[in-house]
Amino acid sequence: MSKVRLLVGTKKGAFVMTSDGTRDDWDVQGPLFTGWEIYHLKGSPADPDRVYASQSTGWHGQVMQRSDDGGKSWEAVGNEFAYDGVPGTHQWYDGTQHPWEFARVWHLEPSLSDPDTVYAGVEDAALFRSTDGGQSWQELSGLRKHPSGEHWQPGAGGLCLHTILINPDDPNRIVIAISAAGTFRTDDGGEKWRPINKGLRSPELPDEEREVGHCVHHIAMNPSRPDTLFMQKHWHVMRSDDGGDSWQKVSGNLPSDFGFPIEINANEPDTIYVVPIESDSEHVPPEGKLRVYRSRTGGNEWEALTKGLPQEHCYVNVLLDAMTVDSLDPGGVYFGTSGGQVYASPDGGDNWTAIVHDLPPVLSVEAQTLP
Amino acid sequence: MIRVVLPHHLRALAGVDGEVSLDAAEPLTQRTVLDALEEKYPVLRGTIRDHGTAKRRDFIRFFACGRDITLEPADDPLPDEVASGAEVFRVVAAMAGG
Repeated sequence: MSKVRLLVGTKKGAFVMTSDGTRDDWDVQGPLFTGWEIYHLKGSPADPDRVYASQSTGWHGQVMQRSDDGGKSWEAVGNEFAYDGVPGTHQWYDGTQHPWEFARVWHLEPSLSDPDTVYAGVEDAALFRSTDGGQSWQELSGLRKHPSGEHWQPGAGGLCLHTILINPDDPNRIVIAISAAGTFRTDDGGEKWRPINKGLRSPELPDEEREVGHCVHHIAMNPSRPDTLFMQKHWHVMRSDDGGDSWQKVSGNLPSDFGFPIEINANEPDTIYVVPIESDSEHVPPEGKLRVYRSRTGGNEWEALTKGLPQEHCYVNVLLDAMTVDSLDPGGVYFGTSGGQVYASPDGGDNWTAIVHDLPPVLSVEAQTLP
Repeated sequence: MIRVVLPHHLRALAGVDGEVSLDAAEPLTQRTVLDALEEKYPVLRGTIRDHGTAKRRDFIRFFACGRDITLEPADDPLPDEVASGAEVFRVVAAMAGG
């Protein structure tokens, strides 16, 4: 029978949760790396027991960890993230130029075919790649050296590269997203990059439809249809059917189209999930009700999913990498909150239960579907 | 042989309990102690001072003989008591909340 393993990163350590295919009962292991911020963990699709983790603190900076047994034991690997060449500057909050400075790894994306190859999205925004299992890291600097790079400006959470999507039909085609620069794509494995933000509108900007400067929070891709992308932007839920060349707004009847994560059901590429948040000023669920919204029509028409989720006095947030799906049938959906709950739905969002209630604030959740 | 005390997270990372004993090159300075520490425990590279520039991380301090020597030049000699092993060289994670 298949199993699901959840890799949960929190403000104070990592947790590994496993269940059989029923997804009723969960074994919870952790905390691992207690006291460290674990921004993200992710397993290799080519070898699910190879897991990478990003570990950091304000005291000691960045440490990278690798497991070869599904998270039971770990080995620290390379933590030197040196920008290629003279790093130069980007725009700071006050409009002045600011030197590019490495802060932390936000997101890890293992190669689809090689367990030793893994991409890292970092703050200040850049994309790195390791081809030796995380021992050494090289910047794919064509991204940061795009002519727009000096105009990139951090969002409230920093100038972070948080989304990396590798096209399964053509692994040289990679889409990344940076808050608050926007979305970029390479079609040649990372040498050349171009902004793909046509159709995005950000009223917070003086020029709403500018080429870069959009605060993209997350993008999701279903491997069966890699040119269709769904985006949760600062405000607005967006859809592209041409690999990001153009975007259309699909917020429809959402109570708020501000939010952070977005995911796609593994078996139904038109079924998508978001967690609406009141506004960019408040960062709490509308009306104190924690509701996942599901669209079965690829956007525009949304329904609230509430069964098993708190419907009063709930003011947690769900961060941009804190939602995920498994690939069982029916498809499971999972998310973690700033209040330390990790919720699971084994039936595509109809019913939810909390696997845990009292973890540290959850930074990321990834699901692995195992044989 | 000099004695180094690490903060909690670095002891866990290096897999050590209590003090660390090191042979460091003469003359004994902050730089030579940290070089020896990182040589013996490569996992600590980047966690006390930055890769490349060797700049001390902001929330790290160095104490010896009851004094904060953090801001003294990295190539200044350390006190004789540290060199003789009578006193420890202490790497401290500054008080910070959250």
